Order: sequence, then structure tokens, then C-alpha cells
Amino acid sequence: MSASVSAIPMDIAETSAPAVQIGDLHKNFGGLEVLKGLTFDVVEGQVVSILGSSGSGKSTLLRCINFLEAPSSGTITIGGETVRTKVGKTGDLVPADIGQLNRLRTSVGMVFQNFNLWSHKTVLENVMEGPVFVQGRPEAECREEAGEFLAKVGIYDKCDAYPAHLSGGQQQRAAIARVLAMHPAVMLFDEPTSALDPELVGEVLKVMRALADEGRTMLVVTHEMGFAREVSNRVIFLEKGTIEEDGSPEDVFGASKSERFRKFIAG
Amino acid sequence: MIDFAFMYEALIRLVGGVPLTLQLSLIASAFGVIFAVTAALMQLSDSRVLRAIADAYVFVIRGTPLLVQIFLIYYGMGQFDFIRHSFLWALLREPYWCAIFALMFNTGAYGSQIVRGGLLSVPKGQIEAARSCGMPTVMIYRRIILPLAIRQALPAYGNEIILLTKATSLASIITMMEITGVAAKMIAETYRVVEVFLVAGGLYLLINFVLSRGVAMLERRLMRHTRTDSSTRSVQRRAA
Repeated sequence: MSASVSAIPMDIAETSAPAVQIGDLHKNFGGLEVLKGLTFDVVEGQVVSILGSSGSGKSTLLRCINFLEAPSSGTITIGGETVRTKVGKTGDLVPADIGQLNRLRTSVGMVFQNFNLWSHKTVLENVMEGPVFVQGRPEAECREEAGEFLAKVGIYDKCDAYPAHLSGGQQQRAAIARVLAMHPAVMLFDEPTSALDPELVGEVLKVMRALADEGRTMLVVTHEMGFAREVSNRVIFLEKGTIEEDGSPEDVFGASKSERFRKFIAG
Repeated sequence: MIDFAFMYEALIRLVGGVPLTLQLSLIASAFGVIFAVTAALMQLSDSRVLRAIADAYVFVIRGTPLLVQIFLIYYGMGQFDFIRHSFLWALLREPYWCAIFALMFNTGAYGSQIVRGGLLSVPKGQIEAARSCGMPTVMIYRRIILPLAIRQALPAYGNEIILLTKATSLASIITMMEITGVAAKMIAETYRVVEVFLVAGGLYLLINFVLSRGVAMLERRLMRHTRTDSSTRSVQRRAA
């Protein structure tokens, strides 16, 4: 294991169960080693900002957690249940039991950089799709709840609009509502504000801050230093596929021992 | 000089061929869609064998004239004892079904390339969003990929159905009395080529006009999500 794992810095770390456990995670693209053996746990209620320059492997890490990207080796454990894997044709790990993976995926929501709303469905249909068709819950109940989640992210009036008719910020908030509707145990955010106009970033960050305040478990790959500093309660800095810093925002931003990190935040 | 009384007579007779033309076109395109989607999915599959079969199918059908295919099915199938003795013979000895088979194979091959393009146009991110919420693969195809692919492919596929409808005229060669078949018969009786084919052409034009309007309407319905607000659009049109 090449990653050094510092102590989990929060008081809640002692008492809460791990929501996500990552064990010796490696990922190679061809000959390039993008993740070089990462090991860390995320406990319930933790809001983790994952920072790093482009190419540091932060998005890959996030995408390995729900197997959108096949890890080369290592283990992913969601809520105490490890994803069963076998070695696939390409040498990377593939799920041994796709049913198990799909079940675990319902408890890990993901918000994408480019929103990825389903363009042929209205905002309301987007939010209802998962609960109704994947989780098989009653439609009337899901419709009502979808409306509540859309109200919560502030776009209830856009229920019947199609994604193409919304601004980027509205689309991203709809995407967050879509994830909330699944009642996930963990939410992954893959650079959720990077594709937005500067003036729209705030409305999305506001929603994310509210979610953090609710005590949700979140892993956020971001370039928003303000969010990392003020909202998250743990900061992980990735550099060339290893964890270079891991600690509370105060420790990491205030007194980083890493030369590389100090350069990174200095810009 | 064009004889309008005769043209009216021709119209009455040729209209009798319209139901058969429509049948050939509708049945062949309905089954053809199944061929097209299957072949397209095979071409995009991970299996080399499935890909090779689909590629060969498309290569052969696209590379040979429809008329030759119709002849081969109509005259050729009877050469094989195993076909004469199989249940298929009940169908293949009928020129009606030979024409439908040929048209269906044909439109399936061309259609597969349209569907394939549609499938490839589905944004990868929308598929990832479906996977990330735990949707099984079959459901992703049913709920996300195919609806998006069909919308993308619809205009080109409408074109293919129009081409197919016109291609049904070749069925007259194997005794089918659809519009062109009736026209050929009438010409043999009267030697008045221009009037009869003018009327025949007019009927095809009318059928395809209705067809293209239908496709356009369907497109408008299915493409709501890409349209800008209709009220603003009409304002823009008025302003322009």
C-alpha cells in the first residue's frame, strides 16, 4: 500500500459506522497507473472534499466507488457490504454479481459534472424514474415526494420542463433532486459546479451546503476551495494517484506539511 | 392530348391496387424494424460472431439490387428440397410473402444503419446516470437508450419507410397486383402509358405525402424536449 492514511480527524469518526470503505484501490489505464493503492474509510455524516490537480485521479476514484469505472484491484465496501468482483477480460475487476452491484448502487447517488439528466424526460419524470422503475415504489407516492425534493432544491416550478429548457444551475439542482429521490446513504459529486457559469455556481453550492447541514454523507470532487474549507469536514488531497493530505479543513488548509498542496492552493 | 375521362377510369382501377401497396409497405416495415434493431444491436455487441453475422447481412443486402433479391427469393427458394418440405414453403410459394420477405430483409439492412447511428448518438453520460442509480442493463435499453435512439433516428427512418413504399412497386414483377402491377396490366390492355403512369405516380405521391406528414407529426410529438417554447417560436416567425 503506497498511500499513507492519516487518522480520521472527526469526533464522529469514533462512533459512526463506515458508509464507504476503500481498500487498496488501484486503477490503471493501459500502462498508466492513475490510482496507486488508496485506502480510506468515510464514516456516516462525513462531508469529504477530494481535491487535486487534473490527472491526479480524483474523478477516477469517485467513479470506481460505484463501478462506473472498473478498478484494477482493491475492494469497495458500501454500508459494510463489499462489492463482489472477479477479474474480467481486460484484467480489471468486473462485478461478479451485477444484481448485488445494482442494489448497492441504489444507495450511492451520483451527481455528474455535466448533469446527465435524461433529455427525453421532464424534470419530474427524471426524479421519479429511479424510485418508480428501479426501486419499484408506488408511483403516486414517488410523484409527491419528487415534488418535495424539487421544491427543496428550489425548482418546483420547473417540474414539467425538459432539461434542455433549464439553465445549467437548474439542471444540476434537478440532478441533485433525482439523487435524493433514491434516498441514498452516500452521495458522490463529480465536479458538480465545473460546467456552470460563475453566476450559477452559488445556487448549486447553496443546495449542497444544505445537504451537508442535514448530516448527509457526501464525497465531493471539487475545485471550489470555499466549499472544501467551509462546508466539508474532511479534505483529501490526491496527487499522482496517492493521498498526499487527509485531515480536517483547518489542519489541511492551515498547516499542511505538503509542499505540493501549498502550491496547489496558492494557484 | 391527355384524355381525362380515361385518366379517371385509370384512377378507379389503380385505386384498387392501393390496399396491397399499403399492406406490403406496412407489414414489411413493421417486421423490418425488428430486423433493423436486432442487426444494429448485433453490430454494436461485444461478440465477434454476432457482429460478423450482422455485418455480412448488411453487406449482402445493401450490395445487391432489391429486384435481384426478389427474384432470388421468388424463383430460388423452390430449388431447395428442405425449404419445399418445411413449413416455410406454405409462405414462400406465395408471391405475396416472397415480396414481403424481400422488402423486409431489405429495409432491415438499411434501417439497421439508421438505428445504429441513433444508438451511437445516445450521450454516454445519460447511460452512466442510469447505471449509477442501479438500473439493470435491459431496463437501461428500454427506458433510456432506445427511446433516445429512436428519437434521433426518426427523421431518417421516415425516409426509409418512404423508400420502402416506393420499392413495393417492384413486387409487380412477381405478379403482385399492387398499384404498379395494375398499371402494367392496364397499359398492356390499352397501350396508354403516359396517362396510366401519371395516375400511378400521383397515387404514390399522395401515399407518401400522408406518410411524411405522419412522420413529421410523430417527430413533433417525440421531440418536444428539444423544442424551444412554441409561443416564442411563432413570435420569431412573425417577426422574421
